[in-house]
Amino acid sequence: MFYNEMYAHDGAVRPHYAALDQWLKRQSREWLEQKRGEADALFHRLGITFAVYGEEQGTERLIPFDIVPRVLPASEWRVLEAGLTQRVRALNAFVGDVYGAQQILRAGKVPAEAILTNAQYRPEMQDVAVPGGTYAHIAGVDIVRAGAGEFYVLEDNLRVPSGVSYMLEDRRMMMRLFPELFSLHSVAPVEHYPEVLINNMRSVAPAGIDDPTVVLLTPGRYNSAYFEHAFLAQQMGIELVEGQDLFVRDDYVYMRTTRGPQRVDVIYRRIDDDFLDPLAFRPESALGVPGLLTAYRAGHVTVANAIGTGIADDKSVYPYVPDMIRFYLSEEPILNNVPTWVLREPGHCEHVLANLAQLVVKEVHGAGGYGMLIGPAASQAQLEDFRGRIRANPERYIAQPTLALSACPTFVQSGLAPRHIDLRPFVLSGRDVHIVPGGLTRVALPEGSLVVNSSQGGGTKDTWVLEGE
Amino acid sequence: MLSRTADHVYWLGRYVERAETLARALDVQYRLSLLPQGPQSVAAGWLDTLDELGLLPTYRERHGEVDSTRPAQFIAFDRLSSMSIHGCLRAARENARAVRGAITSEMWETMNATWLEARSFDPQYQRHRDLGEFIDWVKHRSQLFRGVWRGTMLRDEGFAFMRVGMSLERADGTARILGARLATTSGGTAVSGYYQWGVLLRAMSVFENYRKLFRESVVPERVAELLVLRDDDPRSVRRAVGDLYTGLRVVANQRSLETERRAGELEAMLRFGRTEALAVDRLRAFLDECVVRLRDIDRRITSDFLVAIESVA
Repeated sequence: MFYNEMYAHDGAVRPHYAALDQWLKRQSREWLEQKRGEADALFHRLGITFAVYGEEQGTERLIPFDIVPRVLPASEWRVLEAGLTQRVRALNAFVGDVYGAQQILRAGKVPAEAILTNAQYRPEMQDVAVPGGTYAHIAGVDIVRAGAGEFYVLEDNLRVPSGVSYMLEDRRMMMRLFPELFSLHSVAPVEHYPEVLINNMRSVAPAGIDDPTVVLLTPGRYNSAYFEHAFLAQQMGIELVEGQDLFVRDDYVYMRTTRGPQRVDVIYRRIDDDFLDPLAFRPESALGVPGLLTAYRAGHVTVANAIGTGIADDKSVYPYVPDMIRFYLSEEPILNNVPTWVLREPGHCEHVLANLAQLVVKEVHGAGGYGMLIGPAASQAQLEDFRGRIRANPERYIAQPTLALSACPTFVQSGLAPRHIDLRPFVLSGRDVHIVPGGLTRVALPEGSLVVNSSQGGGTKDTWVLEGE
Repeated sequence: MLSRTADHVYWLGRYVERAETLARALDVQYRLSLLPQGPQSVAAGWLDTLDELGLLPTYRERHGEVDSTRPAQFIAFDRLSSMSIHGCLRAARENARAVRGAITSEMWETMNATWLEARSFDPQYQRHRDLGEFIDWVKHRSQLFRGVWRGTMLRDEGFAFMRVGMSLERADGTARILGARLATTSGGTAVSGYYQWGVLLRAMSVFENYRKLFRESVVPERVAELLVLRDDDPRSVRRAVGDLYTGLRVVANQRSLETERRAGELEAMLRFGRTEALAVDRLRAFLDECVVRLRDIDRRITSDFLVAIESVA
């Protein structure tokens, strides 16, 4: 059984879905079908697409958009907001500690070898001061609802979380397609996200810069998230730059403009650490800026998120987040962590191998739903295959119980039917922590599927946080 | 503005304008091909058009001999060439996509929708009506884009680079379309001069302007005056070069002075040019001179602005 977002077990509509439920029942299926077609055509025209290159015709794919919104009452959102703020504050403190005094390691709360030998740990960052001690300026924390309706944090995405443009465009689309729904509900607005983001970026500029130049660094227009990069740069009114547009001289970063070089103070980067600076990390990277790390270490430019932040969202570090909250904030965690077995620990490994068919196994360094085993849905052969892989390299894996993700009514071929969803709120940290109400709801479109990633056929929904009670 | 961004904006402007120029050049020759004459004469007209647009070598490579039907399809729909209308719209859209953060959303949406629709035209068109429809559609989309650009974009450097790209392309295009007509009429053709020049005026959407300005019947000297020297005709070479010069003054940087001077010099040549210079026997040389100077200015724009400047000021 799973938790249905709209209906209680006895079939009664949950109060915060009542108006939407009535409205849906008044609409004909044909009309909704037509509206969905309109949404597709609009997304194509707006160019909110993934480009698939190499063909003359330039195939472009849409991320499926579902017209039934996901609704959260104010009371639930308040809990989520407090829990997310708490969690991201602790994670930022943790990264600062790892690259500083390492108190948490010395206190034995997090095993030192899990950090210092981790590929995401960047020794280059040791003892480098970052403005305001903020490392994860933007976090996209994945949250699911399971069991009787309690929230769990599934992943803290602290490197280059994406998807926020879909949160904004989904809202724009809903308001365009169904304006009357917004007069029936008081939905908390989200459109100010770019405003909050640019203010946040400006607030973390290197000391002494009054009017910082902020740029967004993209891998370029063939990247699958290029639309989002261009969209955010445009909405914030900043330059969208590629590595080739920047250069470093005397430990300062400049961009190449029609009027000569111009100093850059803050880089909102959408490129992974590995590709940022070919002189420091992967030498073959053509996406980065040679010398950027040196300029960064000299304190002449802010990089957001900070280099090395990935140490805090590594799947093998995830189990220790509740302890981080207790350690740095002296608070009890508000949001649940999913119970996690770290397979490098022998006892855990045996338990997991014995119960593989009930568990989800994830690669520590995997992302995007790749390299994952969902025990209950796997064939015997797949289970055996993973058993072998785990025995060969247990340290590469973690395991978690299979969560019965909550489901939300979704408009599919056969009409409205429940489909499993998650939630990615975007948490902005600078001088303060700020969260735009809601986030991106991703939905697994095939019946029974628990994989919401867009790379695996997932879609998106507009997410409504209702104001008032 | 980033040099790379300026480069894409400049080429976005050029490709949109070039698509329109090609549509108009196609329109001239397509209308003429419907007038009573033998296929030989029609083919000769297409040859001049391809030649003047700089498409002849690619056409020959692809199709060999110039006949009376394939050139139109080549200019409009060729999928492989970046110089067909189809190719220009694709290139315009790619440039827009590369700077969709720097142009307005409405400009991007217009360009994107144009490209999506362009792909739906059937290159294997059978009926004449389809080609006429396509030509009108291209003109409308180009006019729409220009309107959205002027109506939504901040008057900043990006706006000026778009203006520079569009006006340079327009000056070049008008000179070439006029040149193609000159080649055909001087080569001897079955279609009378009145129709040759009248069709040109209509395809350039300036037939009515001509009527308002000149009492006399359609004669080549007056057509050339309208399309080259007059400041009040929006498609004239002089008007376009004036726009180019204005745009260049907005984007001027520490090393673009000479480019600005050369644009100003060309503008002066047109502003103070005598109509005698446009006599049928001298027009060819005059147009060639314009095209050569425009090419020089284009090269200088590339090196002054679009190739990154690295010295720290």
